[in-house]
Amino acid sequence: MAVLVIADHDNASLKDSTHKTVTAALAVSGEVDVLVAGQEAKAAADAAAKISGVRKVLLAESAELGQGLAEAFEALVVPLMGSYEALLTPATAQGKNLSPRIAAKLDVSQISDIVQVVDANTFVRPIYAGNALETVQSSEAKKVVTVRPTAFKAAGEGGSAAVETAAAPAAPAKTRFVSQELVKSARPELTGAKIVVSGGRALGSAEEFQRVIEPLADKLGAAVGASRAAVDAGYAPNDYQVGQTGKVVAPELYVAVGISGAIQHLAGMKDSKVIVAINKDPDAPIFQVADYGLVADYKSAVPELMSALG
Amino acid sequence: MKVLVPVKRVIDYNVKARVKADQSGVDLANVKMSMNPFDEISVEEAVRLKEKGVASEIVAVSVGPTQAQETLRTALAMGADRAILVNAESADLEPLAVAKVLKAVVAEESPEVVIIGKQAIDGDNNAVGQMLAALLDWPQATFASAVEIGGGKAKVSREVDGGLQTLEVDLPAVITVDLRLNEPRYASLPNIMKAKKKPLDVKELASLGVDAAPRLKVVKVTEPAKRAGGIKVESAADLVLKLKNEAGVL
Repeated sequence: MAVLVIADHDNASLKDSTHKTVTAALAVSGEVDVLVAGQEAKAAADAAAKISGVRKVLLAESAELGQGLAEAFEALVVPLMGSYEALLTPATAQGKNLSPRIAAKLDVSQISDIVQVVDANTFVRPIYAGNALETVQSSEAKKVVTVRPTAFKAAGEGGSAAVETAAAPAAPAKTRFVSQELVKSARPELTGAKIVVSGGRALGSAEEFQRVIEPLADKLGAAVGASRAAVDAGYAPNDYQVGQTGKVVAPELYVAVGISGAIQHLAGMKDSKVIVAINKDPDAPIFQVADYGLVADYKSAVPELMSALG
Repeated sequence: MKVLVPVKRVIDYNVKARVKADQSGVDLANVKMSMNPFDEISVEEAVRLKEKGVASEIVAVSVGPTQAQETLRTALAMGADRAILVNAESADLEPLAVAKVLKAVVAEESPEVVIIGKQAIDGDNNAVGQMLAALLDWPQATFASAVEIGGGKAKVSREVDGGLQTLEVDLPAVITVDLRLNEPRYASLPNIMKAKKKPLDVKELASLGVDAAPRLKVVKVTEPAKRAGGIKVESAADLVLKLKNEAGVL
């Protein structure tokens, strides 16, 4: 059976989550094709062709695909699924936006946010904010699956798959792109970073968040994250949010500063290899998952940490 | 303009779910249940649209057990005008089935917009809104952090991977809401009392003629591996030494 993977990319380059989703796809089948849908996305398609194990790359281009409109993806992918038994998409905001729409059009259930492929029909996925793992088996003719990228290793490079063009269908008329404001950052991407430094409500203001968290992140070469409380309070932008409903991260090192450790936050970071928590409340739940806890006020602890790092 | 707001009764967001010993699911006996937090945000948004004079009627709908009537009463106390329970006592419905039920409710109610939470905090699927939009062939605007409705259109700011995106969709449409859209109100006591008198219709799932049979078999539900207990360090300097020498991550 053949599997189609929808690539996560920014037209110019391919995101690491694509390589990780290919790994999950290769556990389902040896016949894995990658769909790169975007605008002027040849560079991303060429990068996908180099992923080891990929059979073929499909490149489809239109303005609406470049804008990521779910309706445009539906019109493109549903007919393509005549040739595939499974569709795997990274469980990013974009993947979560478009994959259920395609599943419903195919009249199949979606298996969301998988963390393990048991066999071609059986998958493990977290439920209840990761407090339980559900193993589900599908007997449907087609499987539509979203993949939690942090749960899979990235597929290597070294492939040389052919890139074929797939015709992009007519634009959806009822949805129009207005504008986009993307946060520009020189820091590593949050979901793929080796080190993540996150700040919580204790920081108290956006100015303090920038003054304390960002220099520590830069010293460590880390990405910056935030708790939901910090994002809700406006201390950090929405795409910094780590948690059940934000981004899920699993870096080598996760440093939580002034984060109490609500259930929904732990759901987004508890698979990190090493967790450090700095909090002045010794009873904060974050210490229950931390490998190294420092009970201290961040105001003194972070400057000390900066100087100890040299 | 009529707004349909689906709401789900779920485990309270402050309660840690516990897996049953026989691995058949999560133990919900004697556990505090509440309205899914994202659905509170969608009810709040609908009520604000009514307060602004944009919406004329708000219909809350839930697909679930009899007890979901409590959740619907909460929606009524927040400001919904009437409620519909689609009684699905025995069924643990998958998102596709819920979307099909909601499609049948949309056919009866003809709302111009469906405002729904982006995900329920029990199944964590993040799928029903998108599936409903697909089944209706309506446009979708997911993960909304700002909504403006007027002139038969909705302008929606969405939380996307790298920041924010703004889309305009023709109505009717499905909007799924994210955390930053608004801060839901608490229902006042007089409004809770008034909500008891608002109409709440109960329909049986079977009466809708929808195929709600599960497509997936749950093999087992298990607890995730626990993290080994950590240690407390005395100082930032001690922490750096341990991260370098013991953990090897610096």
